[in-house]
Amino acid sequence: MLRRYSVHLILALSGGLIIYMADQEYLSLYVMSVLMFMGVNVILSTSLNLVNGYMGEFSCGHAGFMCVGAYVSSLLGVWLFAKDKVFGAAVLNPEYALYAFPFIILAGGVAAALAGVLVAVPSYKTRGDYLAIITIAANFIIISAIENIGPIGGSRGFMGMKRLVNSMEDIIELPWMPIWVFVFTVFSIWVIRRYVSSTFGKGVSAISQDEVAAEIMSVNTNKIKTITFMLSSGLAGIAGGLFAYILGYVNPGSFNIMKSTEVLVMVYLGGMGSLSGSVLSAILFTLMLESFRFIIPVINDLAHQIHIISPDYDISQVWRWVLIPLLLIILMQFRPEGIMGNRELGDVFPWLKKFYRFK
Amino acid sequence: MLLSVENLEVKYGNIQALHGISFHVNEGEIVTLIGANGAGKTTCMHTITRLPPPEAPRVIAGDIKFKGESILNTKPSDVVKELHLALSPEGRRIFGNLSVMDNLKLATYAREKDADLDKEYDYIFNLFPRLKERRNQRSESLSGGEQQMLAVGRALMTGCKILLLDEPSMGLAPVLKYELFRKLRQLNEEGMTILLVEQNANLALRLAHRGYVMDTGNIVAEGTGEELLNNPEVKKAYLGG
Repeated sequence: MLRRYSVHLILALSGGLIIYMADQEYLSLYVMSVLMFMGVNVILSTSLNLVNGYMGEFSCGHAGFMCVGAYVSSLLGVWLFAKDKVFGAAVLNPEYALYAFPFIILAGGVAAALAGVLVAVPSYKTRGDYLAIITIAANFIIISAIENIGPIGGSRGFMGMKRLVNSMEDIIELPWMPIWVFVFTVFSIWVIRRYVSSTFGKGVSAISQDEVAAEIMSVNTNKIKTITFMLSSGLAGIAGGLFAYILGYVNPGSFNIMKSTEVLVMVYLGGMGSLSGSVLSAILFTLMLESFRFIIPVINDLAHQIHIISPDYDISQVWRWVLIPLLLIILMQFRPEGIMGNRELGDVFPWLKKFYRFK
Repeated sequence: MLLSVENLEVKYGNIQALHGISFHVNEGEIVTLIGANGAGKTTCMHTITRLPPPEAPRVIAGDIKFKGESILNTKPSDVVKELHLALSPEGRRIFGNLSVMDNLKLATYAREKDADLDKEYDYIFNLFPRLKERRNQRSESLSGGEQQMLAVGRALMTGCKILLLDEPSMGLAPVLKYELFRKLRQLNEEGMTILLVEQNANLALRLAHRGYVMDTGNIVAEGTGEELLNNPEVKKAYLGG
């Protein structure tokens, strides 16, 4: 009994708790937004792990697909349910916004999955470093294309999603964004887990080991690559859609190669081919990024007190992008396999198996 | 004739690797292709299994027929699935990260769900008892000989009717070589058709019913195993006097 329903129980409890706390406003808006970005990061790192970890390819343009998802779901949502200077009046009655929202996010995911074909097709014949270059190119193509489409804001970005979020809250007074982020995060993890543990998914790890041998064993590598790339970028698109609605504003600049690198760091921090690893590392990474917000001023004050820096220079937040890559170097030096290696939680803590079947 | 290769010419880029070779394999036979390095033996195997580029060369002339039908347009994954033709590749290429059992399981990837697989696993474990002992071990921790057995076992688990073996004796100690070849004979006696590519001409010709001698993309001699063993030309060039 416990073994079967433990995960459902934990999910229901933690989900309920978060939503209750958000509803009662025990958590500040800041904490809420950190929690939501945590969810988005979990989706991003687990979905990239599918390609980089399980399939052994090297994709470093994940933010590009996130961008497609963010824009498609933002544009669709605003067009359908909000008054906007680009699209004019809402097409549908905003009362339906709540029910349509998951489909809007999924539509962003589907669009991103289609964009994933841009990388999947070249991957039939290239791999390794060459494919990595193609994924970077795909990222640039997507960003530059959107920057050059004037009507949707170009590089200035696009906004209006907050109106949709507000109209959802008008229908039923609940903190809808945390709920949807929670639902989609659980959904993504579930999909990936099902995918990699299926017979079809065994082909994915066969490709990472030896593509030729996989082909000889009747694994249709092209088909698997297409599906895996599309699934991975589709989930990134879902993350992008959620990201856009949390912020209420998107601009192409926030999905550049820097963002892709951030996701890569999360995957390597967690461990290649470990689902629980990338969930953990996404959570840790988000916390770390936010903690620098408080640590850097402390360091700044300290440095001023002991007079090692000039009084008219302040250590700004930009410095965290010096500290985080530094942490990455330290990680690669001392624990190159990441937090979990390719193991799952159940392998690290065997007692957990009492509560849940991991394989 | 189960498998026939007719006037096959292939190119890697601008370099022609096979200059119109023909050979055939009948049902229930062991046929061997022998020859020195660079003769085109492995190229031949890769062309038959329709591996995608860059491994497989471009076919510019000739045909490969399976039961009389051309397979040049068959997808590589269908070669195993529909033609039941499995390759145990040169250098074994087992999935080192996976356990022995998982390697065998992966080979059943494209098979029908209702196939009686347990019986076949037992068959493989009977043929190669060492694999049974090590079934839960990571396959990269096996010795070279055991890895080769796993590679053959894995090819068999695809449910193949023709087994293509590319240099199975590579890097094996003589004792293991003989053991492996005894197993191959046993397999053949139980009905398996085998196409064997070998450097070790002596051993291969003694096992095979028929053989072909290849040299720089051409077939220079053919005959039964015994004929070739006693052929003075072959003796001089490949069997060391």
